[in-house]
Amino acid sequence: MGETFVQKVFSKKVGKKVVHGEIVVLEPDYVMSHDNAAPISKIFDKFGVEKVKYPERIVIILDHTVPAPTEVEASNHKLIREFVKKQGITNFYDINNGICHQVLSEKGYALPSKIILGSDSHTTTYGAFGAFSAGIGRTEVASIWATGELWMKVPEVHKFIIKGKLPEGVFAKDVALHIIGKIGADGATYKAVEFTGEVAENFTIASRMVLSNMAAEMGAKAGYFLPDEKTLEYVKDIAKSDYEVLTSDPDAEYEKIVEFDVSDLTPQIAKPHTVDNVSPINEVLGTKIHQGLIGTCTNGRLEDLEIAAKILKGRKVKSGVRCLVFAASMQEFIKALKKGIFETLAESGCIIMNPGCGPCLGAHEGVLAPGEVAISTANRNFKGRMGSREAFIYLASPATVAASVIEGEITDPGKYLL
Amino acid sequence: MPGTIKGRVWKYGDGVNTDVIYPGKYTYKNLTNEEMASHALEDLDPDFAKNVKKGDIIVAGKNFGMGSSREQAVTSLKYTGISAIIAKSFSRIYFRNAINQGIPAIESSDAVDAIENGETIEIDFKNGVIITAKGNFKFPPFPDKMLEILEAGGLVNYTRQKLGKK
Repeated sequence: MGETFVQKVFSKKVGKKVVHGEIVVLEPDYVMSHDNAAPISKIFDKFGVEKVKYPERIVIILDHTVPAPTEVEASNHKLIREFVKKQGITNFYDINNGICHQVLSEKGYALPSKIILGSDSHTTTYGAFGAFSAGIGRTEVASIWATGELWMKVPEVHKFIIKGKLPEGVFAKDVALHIIGKIGADGATYKAVEFTGEVAENFTIASRMVLSNMAAEMGAKAGYFLPDEKTLEYVKDIAKSDYEVLTSDPDAEYEKIVEFDVSDLTPQIAKPHTVDNVSPINEVLGTKIHQGLIGTCTNGRLEDLEIAAKILKGRKVKSGVRCLVFAASMQEFIKALKKGIFETLAESGCIIMNPGCGPCLGAHEGVLAPGEVAISTANRNFKGRMGSREAFIYLASPATVAASVIEGEITDPGKYLL
Repeated sequence: MPGTIKGRVWKYGDGVNTDVIYPGKYTYKNLTNEEMASHALEDLDPDFAKNVKKGDIIVAGKNFGMGSSREQAVTSLKYTGISAIIAKSFSRIYFRNAINQGIPAIESSDAVDAIENGETIEIDFKNGVIITAKGNFKFPPFPDKMLEILEAGGLVNYTRQKLGKK
């Protein structure tokens, strides 16, 4: 019997053969935190040790409340800047870099075969690069800072074969929402998901990141793509450390294998108030909206901004509707800027914001009032997520959001892509 | 972790997510333990935080704690004084966070179906049994690693012990 990617990554890390379901103690290659590094540093102080064990394995990226909306967040940021200086943590990225998952990836930490843990549920994103990455809690990150290690279970693997040919106007986000709608928000709880099949293979790295990011909404511990030429091309000039290419054997043991044929897929929408409350767009066409959000760690990369600009070029955001645009990182922001994408979007009436999490988690920069409806490219639509608990959030692809802000109601982007 | 606990039940349904347990707008506000407790479950059941008593037990359906990794979704409940959470299933990060805070997170679908909101139940950790008005339900023992953390009173104490700090 062959081995899965997961078995190989864990076996390499702990120096012995592991089996699915086994609990091991391991030292992750990198541990990521964001603005929550402030409370984590206070937990770290309780351990009674002066120094973090491996400063070079710690990555801290400020993104959740940037720039600081109030004195409280400003003080958190200040505390973190002082902490990284005192601890000699050089992998620190201040508020002008972007969202943690995008920045960690483009700075070359997300590499094949690495084990990366982070105090953010969407840490699964680095699976797009053939890494094994999972979200953990704040106390766990503090404990890793102090000891360098953590216990983990080697998860069973679900193989998702995405096959067929994706129709025009249908994107990685629609595929992610479709899968979540089919298997449910707990469809892969505790499991690692291996995304494979011709559609997955044809996805750009940016599109793969959408699926790996949203694996968190399937309940998965990790959601990965086996590294291929695209992966290696992406990481070759930016890799921060040596890596190995590990893949699953053809006769590896999977707990479950599920096929998704996406040839007839239409744009998908997650309706309030859960991500697995998914329907094809035709069931919600015409739903009035007050705000559109294009961006976030799910859909704030160049290809996302590009498709939005293509749809909005020469058109206007409907009067009475706001459209906020957040690039996932400064690097993506500059790429979009140079291509004239922001000029197009600004002329159409969009508000160009700074790279960061924005209102996705309801902290600042465009939260919703009671009774308001938003359509967003983010990854969560729980009650109260973007501000008021009496607001309604629909999740969709950047193309669907762009088309919807033109008409002021949920709109199929197809006709704007002809 | 005590051998046995007894408490009144607050029962909820499936998919209780981290945003309704502890809204994102508070996550970077550096609130005190008492303030955090006062917001626990506020977007699902605003009466909970006002009326919860020390030792009460939360009982819920599938995928309790789905969503964010925010630890306050556990600690805000912990600071209300609740003694355990029983659910049909937990989201993975929430389960880890609960154990790491010394809050027993127990999975038992049968017990959840049997338990009524407001009844007083007993959890016998030594024998792995939930004692309810409609009968007793066994639950599997925690793996050694989790038991060590629970017995230390959570991951902070556990890590301190490992580092040789008492």
